[in-house]
Amino acid sequence: MATVKIKYRNKEYEVNTGMTVREAIKKIGLEPEAVLAVHDGKLITDDIVLREGMEIKLVAVVSGGTLPAPSGRWARGER
Amino acid sequence: MKCRKCGATAVIHMRQHKLALCGEHYLTWLPEQVERFIFKYRMFTRAEKVLVAVSGGKDSLGLWDILHRLGYRTEGLYIGLGIEQNYSDESRHLSEQFAAARGLTLHVVDVEEKFGSTIPELSVISNRGHGKPCSVCGLSKRYIMNRAALEGGFDALATGHNLDDEVAVLMQNTFNWAAGYLARQAPVLPAQDGLVRKVKPLCRIYEREMTAYCLLRGIEYIYEECPHAEGSSTIYYKEILNKMEGDRPGAKLQFYLSFLQARENGLFANIKQEVELHPCERCGQPTSAPGECAWCRMWDKVKLVKRTVTANPESVPLLGLAAQA
Ligand code: SF4
Ligand SMILES: [Zn+2]
Ligand SMILES: [Zn+2]
Repeated sequence: MATVKIKYRNKEYEVNTGMTVREAIKKIGLEPEAVLAVHDGKLITDDIVLREGMEIKLVAVVSGGTLPAPSGRWARGER
Repeated sequence: MKCRKCGATAVIHMRQHKLALCGEHYLTWLPEQVERFIFKYRMFTRAEKVLVAVSGGKDSLGLWDILHRLGYRTEGLYIGLGIEQNYSDESRHLSEQFAAARGLTLHVVDVEEKFGSTIPELSVISNRGHGKPCSVCGLSKRYIMNRAALEGGFDALATGHNLDDEVAVLMQNTFNWAAGYLARQAPVLPAQDGLVRKVKPLCRIYEREMTAYCLLRGIEYIYEECPHAEGSSTIYYKEILNKMEGDRPGAKLQFYLSFLQARENGLFANIKQEVELHPCERCGQPTSAPGECAWCRMWDKVKLVKRTVTANPESVPLLGLAAQA
C-alpha cells in the first residue's frame, strides 16, 4: 500500500494513503487541535484525504515559554 | 471543505465556530474578531497610545500586525532576556525585522545592555526560582513592561495572551482554587496606583488561529520554544485542554466564557479585589511589599556579587536612549 510522509518538528512519519489528514494526525499520536497541516507550502483543512505522492508538514501551534506573565501575578502587580 | 463566504477551497476549519474560510477571508475575519473584543471589553480607543509587548513569537507579532492594520496607535517593546544566545538573538532579530518592514517603532530593552547581567545570570546570583530562570524572568518582564509603559506615556500595555494561555491559567487556578487569582483574571486590568492598564486583545482567539494567521500573512516568528519552557505547567494544561477540545469542539472557549460570565455575576464578589500597593522606596514602582520592591531587592543582592552591574538600576531610562545612540 502506498504511503505518505508526514513531517513534524524534526521527525518524519509514514502513514497509509486513503485516510484523512485528521486521522493521520491522530495515528501518529498528536492532537488535531495542536497542529496545522501544510501541503505544498499551503495551509490545508484536515478533512483532505491523503493521496500518493503528497508530503505533509505539521506546524505545532502550542507555545508556553514566551508568555509575558501568568495572569494572576500580572493582576496583583506582584513583584 | 469550502469557504463559507466565497466557496473557494478553505484553508482552515474552526470547529469551535463551525466555520471554514479561505485564506483571503480568514485574513479579514480574524482582525474583525479582535476589533470586536477590543470594543466589547473596552480595551482602548484609536485616540490612545498602546505599547505592545513583543517576544518574536506568533501571538505578539500577530497581535501587533492586527492592531497596526486596524489603525491603532502602537509601539512595540522587546525585552532582551539573554536566554541561550540563539533563542534571544533570533527572537530579537525577528521582532526588529517585523517592525522595520512596517515602519513601526520598536523599543528594545536588553537587560544585559541596560543593567549588566542576563536573566539566567541574575537568577543564579539572586538564588530565586529553584534553579530555573522563570521566576526572575517573569518578575523582570512585569517590572520592565510597566515601567516602560509609564515612562513612554502609554495608555495601555497589550500582551499577546491568547485563549489557550488564558484557559491554561484558568484551569491551573481552578485546580488550586486560587480565588484571588481567579477574581483578577480578566481581558482588561484597569490602571491602578502606578500600574498601567493591561489588555489582552487575543483573549478569545485560539492559539491555532494565531498560528494560521501568521502563516497566511507571511509573518516570520520564532518557532522554537524558550528552552526553559519544556515541562512547564502551562504546556501540560494546554495538552489536556487540546484533548478535550478534540472531543468537544468549543470546550476551551466555553470554559473561558462561562468563567467570565460567572465572574460578572459576582461569583468572586466577596474576594478582595485590590491588593494594597504603594510606591517602592527606591524606584517608585508599585509594590505590595513593604519598603523596596522585589526587583530592587534582587539588584541589591546581585550588586554584592557582581561589581560590574549598574549601580542604580532604578535610574536607568528604559526607552529612548537607543534612538539617540
Ligand atoms: S520559559 Fe523562558 S521566557 Fe518563559 S519565563 Fe521561563 S525563562 Fe522566561
Ligand atoms: Zn473565501
Ligand atoms: Zn523598586
